[in-house]
Amino acid sequence: MAVDKHAVKKIARLARLQISEEKSELLSADLGNILNWIEQLEEVDTTGIEPLASVNEHSLPWREDLVTDGEINDQVLKNAPETAGEFFVVPKVVE
Amino acid sequence: MSDLLKMTATQAVSSLSQKEISSVELTNAYIDAMETTSALNNYVTPTIEIAKQMAENADKAYAAGSAGPLAGLPIGVKDLFCTKDTQTTACSGILKGFTPTYESTVTSQIWQSGGVMLGKLNCDEFAMGSSNETSIFGPAVNPWSAKDGAALSAGGSSGGSASSVAAGSALMSVGTDTGGSIRQPAAFCGVVGLKPTYGRCSRWGIVAFASSLDQAGPFTRTVGDSALIFSAMAGHDSKDSTSASVGVPNFSDVVNSSVEGMRIGIPGEYHMDGMDDEITRIWKQGRSWLEQAGATIVDISLPHTRYALPCYYIIAPAEASSNLARYDGVRYGNRVDAETLDEMYEATRAAGFGEEVQRRILIGTYALSAGYYDAYYLKAQQVRRLIKQDFDSAFNNVDAILTPTTPTAAFELGAKISDPITMYLNDIFTVPANLAGIPGISVPAGLSKQGLPLGLQLLAAPFREDRLFSVASAIETQAQFSLAPARAAGELS
Amino acid sequence: MSALVSGRTGDWEIVIGMEVHAQVVSNAKLFSGSSAVFGASPNHHVSLVDAAMPGMLPVINAECVKQAVITGLGLNAKINKFSVFDRKNYFYADLPQGYQISQFKHPIVGEGEVQIELADGSSHIIGIERLHLEQDAGKSLHDQHPSKSYIDLNRSGVALMEIVSKPEMHSAEQAAAYIKKLRSILRYLGTCDGNMEEGSLRADVNVSVRKPGEPLGTRTETKNLNSVRFIMQTIEYEVQRQIELIEDGGAVTQETRLFDTTTGMTRTMRGKEDAHDYRYFPDPDLLPLNFDDAFIADLKKDMPELPDEIKSRMVTEYGLSSYDANVLTEEKEVAAFYELASAGRDRKITANWMSVELFGALNKAGIDLAQSPVSPEQLGGLVDLISDGSISGKIAKEVFADMFETGKDAKQVVEEKGLKQVSDEGAITSMIDEVLASNQDKVDEYRSGKDKLFGFFVGQVMKASKGQANPGMVNQILKQKLDT
Repeated sequence: MAVDKHAVKKIARLARLQISEEKSELLSADLGNILNWIEQLEEVDTTGIEPLASVNEHSLPWREDLVTDGEINDQVLKNAPETAGEFFVVPKVVE
Repeated sequence: MSDLLKMTATQAVSSLSQKEISSVELTNAYIDAMETTSALNNYVTPTIEIAKQMAENADKAYAAGSAGPLAGLPIGVKDLFCTKDTQTTACSGILKGFTPTYESTVTSQIWQSGGVMLGKLNCDEFAMGSSNETSIFGPAVNPWSAKDGAALSAGGSSGGSASSVAAGSALMSVGTDTGGSIRQPAAFCGVVGLKPTYGRCSRWGIVAFASSLDQAGPFTRTVGDSALIFSAMAGHDSKDSTSASVGVPNFSDVVNSSVEGMRIGIPGEYHMDGMDDEITRIWKQGRSWLEQAGATIVDISLPHTRYALPCYYIIAPAEASSNLARYDGVRYGNRVDAETLDEMYEATRAAGFGEEVQRRILIGTYALSAGYYDAYYLKAQQVRRLIKQDFDSAFNNVDAILTPTTPTAAFELGAKISDPITMYLNDIFTVPANLAGIPGISVPAGLSKQGLPLGLQLLAAPFREDRLFSVASAIETQAQFSLAPARAAGELS
Repeated sequence: MSALVSGRTGDWEIVIGMEVHAQVVSNAKLFSGSSAVFGASPNHHVSLVDAAMPGMLPVINAECVKQAVITGLGLNAKINKFSVFDRKNYFYADLPQGYQISQFKHPIVGEGEVQIELADGSSHIIGIERLHLEQDAGKSLHDQHPSKSYIDLNRSGVALMEIVSKPEMHSAEQAAAYIKKLRSILRYLGTCDGNMEEGSLRADVNVSVRKPGEPLGTRTETKNLNSVRFIMQTIEYEVQRQIELIEDGGAVTQETRLFDTTTGMTRTMRGKEDAHDYRYFPDPDLLPLNFDDAFIADLKKDMPELPDEIKSRMVTEYGLSSYDANVLTEEKEVAAFYELASAGRDRKITANWMSVELFGALNKAGIDLAQSPVSPEQLGGLVDLISDGSISGKIAKEVFADMFETGKDAKQVVEEKGLKQVSDEGAITSMIDEVLASNQDKVDEYRSGKDKLFGFFVGQVMKASKGQANPGMVNQILKQKLDT
């Protein structure tokens, strides 16, 4: 399965990764090779096989509805690259 | 080299309890070793002052008779575990400078048991790699070097964790294993590396790579040491929904149990075309050792083995592409400013993530994208079930499975980094265990003709690490493997 | 029966679907232990998990699961004992994980329905497609700075129930009735407080048009509407816009739009040109959600009565009109008040007093039922006095006004003011005799045909009795006397 440059750019956009023109050519080749290699899986007969999302045998555990967390705004903001008062700050988004 | 550094953890605990040595002495010896082996580039953030303080606390505990099972033992931590108030980077540019305000559950348990933190250890960026060459801090170097002196990879992703234990700059260390990242470096460096059953150790506070595959585990010099630290690391954590509610027995008790009567499976599919003769030889050797120890060898089949790697290389990148979406420069991490939010994301992530990480994010995004989900991700999950079923069947017939850990001994730095697939093939024997969620251990079995360590891998049914310890111990006893050459290479006095 | 809109080229049918996001009433968030309560200082109700710090993991809140099941039961919907949480992947500043934990292929609740009543008395069933649990996002403030947006994650991770209707509404009126009814059900069940202004209930409206009999037209989605009025305006505007567009030879683009509350128009959302590929996959940090029939039965047992059930009872057992029953069940608190006030006494009279007098007084004073100075028991006491003839309806109004002002019981007011109705035949007869005697000329006029004067006599008797004479009795005796 070839992955053309256009597809690479689209995927990079979905992943919010800036890829240079040059890099997208290299990646196109790389990804193409990897995907080809992965395609061996098509050989496996998986008719009627349920996908395995988790190896866990147990059920999803539930927690009680108690407020046991929060009120740690100083910790939450501590590593932020930019803040204003108690807010995180990002470049303005126009909707 | 100082006698202090030669002791195993089990021996150290004994000496410390009997006040033959002090924790401070022991820790200081390791701090010196960190200095003398610094060329190996194992520690990315040493925590000397913290180590000294913790050692003092351990001595007080011993004096008061309240020392925990790991009290005073100097331990290194892969830089993937969030450590409170100590920089945690996942060896990535995007997290350089990040200081967590919280401690991972596993390391928390280790410190509560009295362990002493020497520092944060080098690894592949976001645990993605098999050679520790994708780290922003440069590669971790194997203390074993090639005959011509060429520098060798310590393996990956937990290269620093394996190398430090082999070099004697950590008594024990912790790492993580998603596709072999503990077992493979352990084999390359000649130390014991354990990947527990999925769900044994909490994932809370560990930088996530592939959530359904990641598992924390120890590096040690001996199987006995592995059981000691593993008992402290394991346990249910209500903060991790995938954490198993199983009890943690004292694994040290089972280490020396006999393997007499145990059935050991040898999977035919692990004989790979073009496999290194040395690997075949050591595998045969392991088999014969176990026979001598009274085990029965059984030929078994794990029919879907060859599909494990491609299966892994869809699932792991897919989960990673989603897990790494949070590294966006908004709440933490290094941001590259831009005019718009999207431009900021793109620039930040392009600058912060290395090539291999970007590659895997793209593959993962692709495998999940519209039109490809069924063919890639869903298909991989189906194959995964088949791989797990192979093991379930096998363990109805045998108690443990013996395989090589790696297809080769440690390779030169730079030798494989240019072709991703060549690098991925390193994980061929280790990946199936992660997909099936079963525990695996690598134990050093001997040296290659080039004088490099060769490891053997044992696999067991879920939550049967006890079997791993017994069988690995039997191999260890027969192999009589010595770390002396590594320490010599690490230039310890 | 769908309402049709006439365009230049003929009639058009409107097709509306709604996706409602309802914040679950719970103490803590869906997958973390921080508070789900509204109104805290920015980033205070945020845990490390909510902030998506490295290594953080989700753990599900049992209460949110229960609330979703209860809501499903209230919608007569299929409850799925097995459901899965999926990651919906996209990038936005108020989405710290870079994905939202939601449910895609296997939601917790399946198909259900809501019954709506319109002003013309007609009743319609609107189908529910599904209900699933998901995380709410944080809040972005875009107006605090010229070139920057400010992010507050307090709301990030709060549990939402997304309730998806089938595209079975055909007018703005139906849509309004639907959202009001849905809101009422949620409030009755206590699973969502339905506060649209605060954002705990929001709607995305899908609108398309087609010529009757034709296949479905292309729909647009207008997001985040937080009032019934805006929903109706959006529908009206979109319908007109789409009809005009098509009739002018254009085509409707499938897109997401925003409603401008100042202009009353919708517009395309900027930057949404590239279609979202959410790359849904089961969240590997979570396991499938499982529960059994016993769990559901337990919740069903303790469920509060629903408005439709109560309404039905009011009409069939209490003899109230459908309209009155509607008014009295619009809010859970109203129905509860009514139930208490009317228990063991005349249901109809009580209903009337509540919906006309009490609500009138509350409106005038600008207060809620919760702040009513007249309690349900007190209202009941007033109704008792009317029923047993102690006071007339007219006097009751005066008594009520006093009760409302002072908070006193009806009986007390009647006693203090001496307002007890006079129903003594003898006393009334003598009053009537006096009035007739002092108005002989009018009596003659009445007897010679001026029927209207009857009212005058009644008035005079009432005046003489200070309004306390039993009007029925006055009428009866007066008639007797005048017609002989």
